[in-house]
Amino acid sequence: MNVSALTPSELKFRLKKSGIFLRTGSFITHLQTSIPGVSESVGLLYADYPLAEQADFADFHVSLTRPRNLRRWFKPQALFSFDGNTIFKPLPLDQAFPMLEWGLNWCVSNHVNHCLIVHAAVVEKGGYAVLLPAPPGSGKSTLCAALVNRGWRLLSDELALVRVGDGKLIPLPRPVSLKNESIEIIRRYEPSAIFSRKVDDTLKGTVAHMKASSDSVARASEVVQVAWVIFPKYQAGSTACLETLPQAHAFMRVADNSFNYSLLGLNGFRTMARLIDGSLCYDFTYSKLDDAIEIFGALTPQASSK
Amino acid sequence: MIPDYLIIQALREPDALVSLSLPDWDLLIRQARRANLLARICILLDERGLLEQVPQKPREHLKWSRVISEKHVQAVHWEVTQIRQALAKAGVPVVLLKGAAYVMAKLPPAKGRLFSDIDIIVPKASLNAVEATLMLHGWAATHHDAYDQRYYRTWMHELPPMQHIKRMTVIDVHHAILPETAALHPDSVKLRTAAQLIEGYDDLKVFAPADMVLHSAVHLFHNDQLDQGLRDLVDIDSLLRHFSSLPAFWPSLSVRAHELELTRPLFYALRYTVNILNTPVPSDMIKVAQSGRPNPLTLIITDQLFERALMPVHKSCSDWLTGAARQMLYIRATWLRMPRLLLARHLFHKAFISPKSE
Repeated sequence: MNVSALTPSELKFRLKKSGIFLRTGSFITHLQTSIPGVSESVGLLYADYPLAEQADFADFHVSLTRPRNLRRWFKPQALFSFDGNTIFKPLPLDQAFPMLEWGLNWCVSNHVNHCLIVHAAVVEKGGYAVLLPAPPGSGKSTLCAALVNRGWRLLSDELALVRVGDGKLIPLPRPVSLKNESIEIIRRYEPSAIFSRKVDDTLKGTVAHMKASSDSVARASEVVQVAWVIFPKYQAGSTACLETLPQAHAFMRVADNSFNYSLLGLNGFRTMARLIDGSLCYDFTYSKLDDAIEIFGALTPQASSK
Repeated sequence: MIPDYLIIQALREPDALVSLSLPDWDLLIRQARRANLLARICILLDERGLLEQVPQKPREHLKWSRVISEKHVQAVHWEVTQIRQALAKAGVPVVLLKGAAYVMAKLPPAKGRLFSDIDIIVPKASLNAVEATLMLHGWAATHHDAYDQRYYRTWMHELPPMQHIKRMTVIDVHHAILPETAALHPDSVKLRTAAQLIEGYDDLKVFAPADMVLHSAVHLFHNDQLDQGLRDLVDIDSLLRHFSSLPAFWPSLSVRAHELELTRPLFYALRYTVNILNTPVPSDMIKVAQSGRPNPLTLIITDQLFERALMPVHKSCSDWLTGAARQMLYIRATWLRMPRLLLARHLFHKAFISPKSE
């Protein structure tokens, strides 16, 4: 059963009472909240996600609540809790849904260790995945949003899970987080894309989340071989340019963008080495999304990964 | 009454875990994670060859936490190497305490343990030299408030914690195992004199077995923060089980407890490891330890307090008195630490004068 099988009021009621067991990728999150805005956004962006049939085990137990103090009435706030522990400082109530997204990322990046976790977007076409690691502000999510609206499957927008052992990419398709100007750019680029309400004045500026396609959600259990590691960089006015990156550089830069590279020790090194060895690595500068789509469409995997 | 929480059942009888239902695993993992004992449970199962019989989902969580504890153990080795190198020049004998001692001496409590800092003990006369040397090697003082500096340097048994500016690791440099102002004065010279070299090192020592248990007991039963209480109790349980194979261990434990004025903490350590974790302790030892028994009324109260506060800080391991029990043990620990007048002054300063951290 998917979230969409529940009416908005059923969803709201369940979230408030027993919570829902939401399946995202290979994880099950037990989510409870009585904040109406969160329930609406979950209903909108997670409509296609399955609810776990048997609520007997959850990887993460999380809740979004309103602090029980004077702030209930004066500039109300939202609080994210992981199994009863508050992880972040409270945020304005208006930011409750983005906070849930950040909280879910925190759950994965702080616990999951059978994968090398890279701060990267991942999209796939024809059985091969592109890893797009990048520090914030490089236009990673914008490019990812454009690609998934032009036939690429979304594997992840924030957290790339590279499995220790075989180096396969485990999908974790969740809503794509867009910031500031990118929101309007993608709205114009794909008018049919579904967005959560824009939230202003967050730590990251204005944010909105774009729904992942139902196809990418339905195929969340199909692991994929990574064939390209591409560092995107949006540069106003530039002509799109794909520049080969020496593997050693790529290795270090992916490691810089990894959450648990050093935690995994030898396994981290081996997984990273396998990932880089099996991939063609590039720097990619662009200013127009259509150029990017064309260049990505022409990518061919190196002979050894076929 | 010792509560029958899953985490307690798991520590007592790891073999029974294979028949646990999924909802029970869900809860056990949450309790164990909160108590920092998840990796420990993983090791207990793995040692018995039972890990692969655990259902896939909970098994994943157990293995995830084991990765973290393995990294911690590796980091402790590296940090100890750095500390040795720094202090070699100061010519000060270093005795490792608690977690770092368990790791370097390859003792069983190190298995699946998580670490937040490294504790060492040095002669009081060497404190200044040790502090200066550590500062030269990149460790910096953390408590800059003048009152905190005075609190540590005049009244406590350790320097203000020092943090390495690059690795962000923390070292606690002790010169005693209890504050100067506490009513009990375990003799640091006796403890350091009896300390033993770690196999393979000529400059690194740990406390003798009995002293190690006593220190662990003092640390737990004089601590004002018990959120790691169950983990600390598991440390003691694990040390007792391990050292009980040494023929002289139990007799030396009671002798040292008297010499070091630590019969009360030893009584509590044995009482709660036996009651909560079913630690096998010889009946003679239980009898001898009665010399540290408090009066019956006190014991009824401390039982009520510790049996609550030693449980994980998780809603499934709490009753309506748990919060109050934690608070009363906080007051008790501070009480044991300082004479009343000084305590009043300290709390007044902390409440009204010290700058508030957000």
